[in-house]
Amino acid sequence: MTAIATGANVSAMPPVPRAARLSGRRLRIVRERFIESLLLLAALVSVFTTLAIVYILVKESVVFFREVPLADFLTDTQWTPLFDDAHFGIMVLLSGTLTSSFVALAIAIPLGTVIAIYLSEFAPFSVREVAKPFLELLGGVPTIVYGYFALLFVTPILQQLIPGLPGFNLLSAGIVMGIMIIPYVASISEDAMRAVPMSMREGSYAMGATRYQTAVRVVVPAAFSGLASAYILGISRAVGETMILAVAAGMQPNLTFNPLEPAATVTAYIVQVALGDLPHGSIGYQTIFAAGLTLMLFTLACNIAGHVLRRRFREAY
Amino acid sequence: MAATDLDRIRALIASHKRWDTAFAVLGFLALMVGVLTFVALFLDMTLKGLPRLSYEFFTSFPSRHAEHAGILSAWVGSTLVMVVTAVVAVPLGVASGVYLEEYAAKNWVTDVIEINITNLAGVPSIIYGLLALGLFVYQFGLGQSILSAGLTLALLILPVVIVATREAIRGIPQSIREGAYALGATQWQTVRDHILPYSSAGILTGMIIGLARAIGETAPIITIGALTFIAFLPPAPVGAEPPFLNFEWLTSPFTVMPIQMFNWTSRPEAAFQLNAAAAGFVLVFMTLAMNGLAIWLRYRLRKNIKW
Repeated sequence: MTAIATGANVSAMPPVPRAARLSGRRLRIVRERFIESLLLLAALVSVFTTLAIVYILVKESVVFFREVPLADFLTDTQWTPLFDDAHFGIMVLLSGTLTSSFVALAIAIPLGTVIAIYLSEFAPFSVREVAKPFLELLGGVPTIVYGYFALLFVTPILQQLIPGLPGFNLLSAGIVMGIMIIPYVASISEDAMRAVPMSMREGSYAMGATRYQTAVRVVVPAAFSGLASAYILGISRAVGETMILAVAAGMQPNLTFNPLEPAATVTAYIVQVALGDLPHGSIGYQTIFAAGLTLMLFTLACNIAGHVLRRRFREAY
Repeated sequence: MAATDLDRIRALIASHKRWDTAFAVLGFLALMVGVLTFVALFLDMTLKGLPRLSYEFFTSFPSRHAEHAGILSAWVGSTLVMVVTAVVAVPLGVASGVYLEEYAAKNWVTDVIEINITNLAGVPSIIYGLLALGLFVYQFGLGQSILSAGLTLALLILPVVIVATREAIRGIPQSIREGAYALGATQWQTVRDHILPYSSAGILTGMIIGLARAIGETAPIITIGALTFIAFLPPAPVGAEPPFLNFEWLTSPFTVMPIQMFNWTSRPEAAFQLNAAAAGFVLVFMTLAMNGLAIWLRYRLRKNIKW
């Protein structure tokens, strides 16, 4: 009796035919594969972005270098692409970029490192908990606001200290840029130092070293690869920074390494051209791509240098 | 003899400890440089800009008369550009993050994508502007429109969203996935029903930080040729008549907050510089509010989740 009843129950719910079950499974596999390829496609967008950047910069620069020989571009000491007597010496713009970056890094690297050592090795927990988000906020302020600050707050103060300082100058832009970069340098350096295992510090303390000795002679060397990549990131930020320089350093091309003078940088020149009305396809239009390519190669060199440094000095624990 | 040795050692220890104190003070001072700069910047803009902040400032177009000028077209433009940026960057970024964490095999394709994302995060923003000028504005013929600007900023913040997504996903323990698979879920079902919901707060944080960065970006938008003086609004995205939604605004010329501020900052008249201060105040307030929200979210998250 029971056996028959069970059999009736089973036959009341007929089993899914084998073929249908398999096709359901196949459908599911196909759908899974489809979704995976969609996700891969999304991940590849970033690769396409890089390729597109290289393609656009090279394509427009090739047209530019057909008109202007590379030797002139690298050695000419004048940058007057929009004049009748056109000169295309990128050195002029690079000098502005290098000078302002130098000022910025002279501020950001020492201060950023000291802040990182302080936060990682000295500061009480409560200070660190407040300081880290605050540094993040400082890094989030739009650069145009820093530009305003450099031109209308820092420059007047500097003019009191240094008589005869022009209203546009690389010094004030560089200082503000340095302060802008501090959070990046400090935060990456601090992460690197915190990654140094506690046992190394304990060993140092056990030998009778003070906090300062431990920080400077044990933790900093151990975290050197992280510090190096923080510095490299700082350099590429400084080189690529645009608005602070466009606002506070003036847009006059000027071959100088004196931070007290106004000068245009590679980035400020691009902004200056973009603000004007240059027809698409003119030589002036192509100069900004040649300038952009220079910038891109510069940051690429920084990235590679950072990579090599990291490889070379990486300490494994 | 022994006594003088002891004294020498004590002196040595004392001098070493003085270094400790000196460095702690130096570190604190260095930190204060950052803090004080920020306070000075914020106070300066508040004192100069606050008197200009009125209802009219938000509802007027830019003008040749500083006292009548406002930021209407700028904040509307910024909002619309942010909408495009978020709609493009968030799905793409989350999808990339999910792919890299959950699907990607350990092979050279994955390596290329990962190295590439790291490198993209270091590319100066003005380079994105040049990319957009060559690609979106001329190659695709999108013109100097809200759509071009939104796409540009979306590419710019893509690495931020991807990194945030990956970090959020990495925090989910393996046992959650194993539980889902044990119940017969497919990989996509696991991702959709478990991985994405549990990482949504982290992803939201990343999205807010990304948008806060995008809203302050000036250089790439100037490079694609946004105008600095716009005295009209793009067509409204919603209408009273069917089909209710229209997308003409995507192709409209526009200006954004940072460009408006740049324009006012670079004018010699002091009255316009007050406007710049007011616009800067609004801009800083917005980015601070967004970043603050993100930091708060992250803090709450760390506290509440115990796997």
